[in-house]
Amino acid sequence: MSETTKVVEGDKTKDGTFDQVKRFVARNGALLGLVLLCVVLALATPAFLTGPNILNVGIQAATVAILAFGQTFVIVSAGIDLSVGSVAAVSSMLVAYTGASMGLPGWFTILVGLLAGAVFGALSGIANAYLKLPSFIATLAMMSVARGLTLVISDGRPISTSGMVNFFGTTIVGVPVPIVMMLIMGLIAAVILNFTSAGRSMYAVGGNMEASRLSGINVHRTQIMVFLLSGVFAAVAGLVIAGRLHSAQPQAATGYEMDAIASVVIGGASLSGGKGKVSGTFIGAILLAVIRNGLNILNVSSFWQQVVIGLVIAFAVSFDTLRRKEDAH
Amino acid sequence: MTQLSLVGVSKIFGNAKVVDTVSITVEPGKVHVLLGENGAGKSTVIKMMSGIYQPDEGHIEIDGKQLVIPNVDAARKLGIAVIHQELNMVPGLSIMENLFLGDLPTKAGFVDRATMKRRARAALERIGLNEDVSTPMNALGVARQQMVEIAKALMQDASILILDEPTASLTRKECDQLFTIMDELKAKGVAMVFISHHLDEIARVGDVVTVLRDGKYVGTIPASSPESELVRMMVGRNIDNQYPRTAGKPGEVMLSVQGLTRHGAINDVSFDVKAGEVVGLAGLVGAGRTEVLRAIFGADTYDSGTIMVDGTVVPKGNIAKTIDAGVGLVPEDRRNQGLIMEASVAENLGLATMIPTSKAGFVDRVGQRRREQDTAKKLNIRMAGIDQRTGSLSGGNQQKIVFGKWSMAHVKVLLLDEPTRGVDVGARVEIYELINRVTAQGGAVVMASSDLPEVLGMSDRVLVMSNGHLSGAMPAAEATQEKVMSLAVSHMREADEPEMESVKESSNE
Repeated sequence: MSETTKVVEGDKTKDGTFDQVKRFVARNGALLGLVLLCVVLALATPAFLTGPNILNVGIQAATVAILAFGQTFVIVSAGIDLSVGSVAAVSSMLVAYTGASMGLPGWFTILVGLLAGAVFGALSGIANAYLKLPSFIATLAMMSVARGLTLVISDGRPISTSGMVNFFGTTIVGVPVPIVMMLIMGLIAAVILNFTSAGRSMYAVGGNMEASRLSGINVHRTQIMVFLLSGVFAAVAGLVIAGRLHSAQPQAATGYEMDAIASVVIGGASLSGGKGKVSGTFIGAILLAVIRNGLNILNVSSFWQQVVIGLVIAFAVSFDTLRRKEDAH
Repeated sequence: MTQLSLVGVSKIFGNAKVVDTVSITVEPGKVHVLLGENGAGKSTVIKMMSGIYQPDEGHIEIDGKQLVIPNVDAARKLGIAVIHQELNMVPGLSIMENLFLGDLPTKAGFVDRATMKRRARAALERIGLNEDVSTPMNALGVARQQMVEIAKALMQDASILILDEPTASLTRKECDQLFTIMDELKAKGVAMVFISHHLDEIARVGDVVTVLRDGKYVGTIPASSPESELVRMMVGRNIDNQYPRTAGKPGEVMLSVQGLTRHGAINDVSFDVKAGEVVGLAGLVGAGRTEVLRAIFGADTYDSGTIMVDGTVVPKGNIAKTIDAGVGLVPEDRRNQGLIMEASVAENLGLATMIPTSKAGFVDRVGQRRREQDTAKKLNIRMAGIDQRTGSLSGGNQQKIVFGKWSMAHVKVLLLDEPTRGVDVGARVEIYELINRVTAQGGAVVMASSDLPEVLGMSDRVLVMSNGHLSGAMPAAEATQEKVMSLAVSHMREADEPEMESVKESSNE
């Protein structure tokens, strides 16, 4: 998100401290919401603010966060990727299949999984860039294709994974590997988006495709790149899921694309493109995990949890829309 | 007959007084022109008239009675209607459905089509628009859509019409139709507020002119006052030379176009542009000027021909390679093609150079930022800082950013398509100075423009296009409006002749 300052043609508006506080609140709504929620939960139940529970929240957040980091590339470029859950499933299934049924070494199967993610992603990207399919349609199709292939490969049954894959479900010096993977992937995403020309091109293409094209940016390549990256991130998420379950499940990550999109949007990205930050996405994913965890601790039924999550998404985005309106003034 | 007065109204946003004690009286049967540069406060004044904003100081009077217009609905009930620049119509629905949008005549809960048709016909008749009322809105041109909108306002008994830049996207002929309707409405006692950037329209259609500058009331004078007087009031100073072209001695050929052809659009066009030269591209809308520029730039492909920059052939349809060769394009539609409105000034300035200056895939953030700062300063872009949102700047400053983008890329050939569209009189001269600077540094400029005085005033050589052909070329010193116009229609088929639309209109081809 670019830091927009409210300016009235030429002369800077001078704000009091109250305005500054107000603006800070408006700009960091999701973060403050998260902090507030944590304080409330900490006061409501002693079970929330314990070491194991915090790690638990981290593990819960990890898969969605990794998917959401990949999704951030796509949404910043004014697209959407509905296939991430299915791509996570199919790539983890390929990892398990090549390991268990074909007996290939663990490191190689992991490579196969990542490559599969890249290929499935790139195919969506090519459909989007060259066949001019709207990304919603292209990835809706891919969502179905990838899920179907998962079922075909596995014959609808889980396949157990090798020790090297199961490493993704263990801990290193007390820190769960899913959390480590989440942080690594977040860092990679942030570096790509902020420092590379490919990442900056994503913002440009999302902001105005035609102006980007007329400035010499290769729009097609950018479009393919974002879906390819989203696919690779999905494959990593798939590894984490398989590692935790010691197996690849045919129904793994079903519906996760919605949580991933919600995380990105709660994090302040605009579905119309050009805006979005990895840090925002991270906060969004953590916020969703804390809500789920908190409601679990408070014994709220999982049916009601869905209602709450839906309301949070609606609230977060309308808050953001109102803020933008204020800013554009 | 209604008379609307704003009495000493002000509007304050944050700490900025956007409108500062302005008084305007709009009288029945008169056209009151509101004149001022972008940001002078015209649209805020209109919004106060139409109930969108409430004045923070002063008040509004209708027929001498002080009142408050709390919202748009209240304004409509008082007979105040605004015809916005962007039309509020549903493109897929028919004329009559649009006329009755939100207020469909019904019988027992069903739409009463017979009544709707009858009343819609009467409404179109009133403004002399001869169209079938079941025609879908998007089958009409912009001008006719606008007329339907006026018909709608009149149907709702509007006695005060506010026309916000109605002529911005009309052809000369369509403008004349609109003015005829305005004359008729005047005779019927309708009061009108008219906003336009075209000074020549003011005397034609207006009665009085109120000039605003920086939100302040400058004065109200008869619409027949000389243009120079209007410009002086708008800008606050004399503009001695509207077209400050300083031509140097042309050097080597920088851009060479040979036999450029794209079937149906460009027909065997050849010309050279030398270093230090500005070549103007004149012609009617649809003559192929934009197409030629886009083909040179690689934005569109073409069927045959050769384009050489500085002696090297440039591959067709490859924008990145063309930029590499040293060519930049300032496109006609700044909002949709030139800039990322939501992005910062810095991001837009660096857009064309971000990839070429990156190393191993990483953006040269420090270097780019320094160059962006330098360019913004050099081009005198007025802003709070290079992190300001581009969309919040005036049209002139936005255009300077597009120029700055290519200045950062050190282009040798600059292609300009309508370089001063939507740019204020004052800022326009600054754009011309930028063009001078490009040629002074040995660059070559091709400028396509529908503004004929601009072409004649800023070019060294004028090329005229007609129906995809290059129909003539002459030194600017020998070019006259008449010569250019007769060349502009020279390749028209007989049937096209009546469509002579003059040259000042926009070209939303």
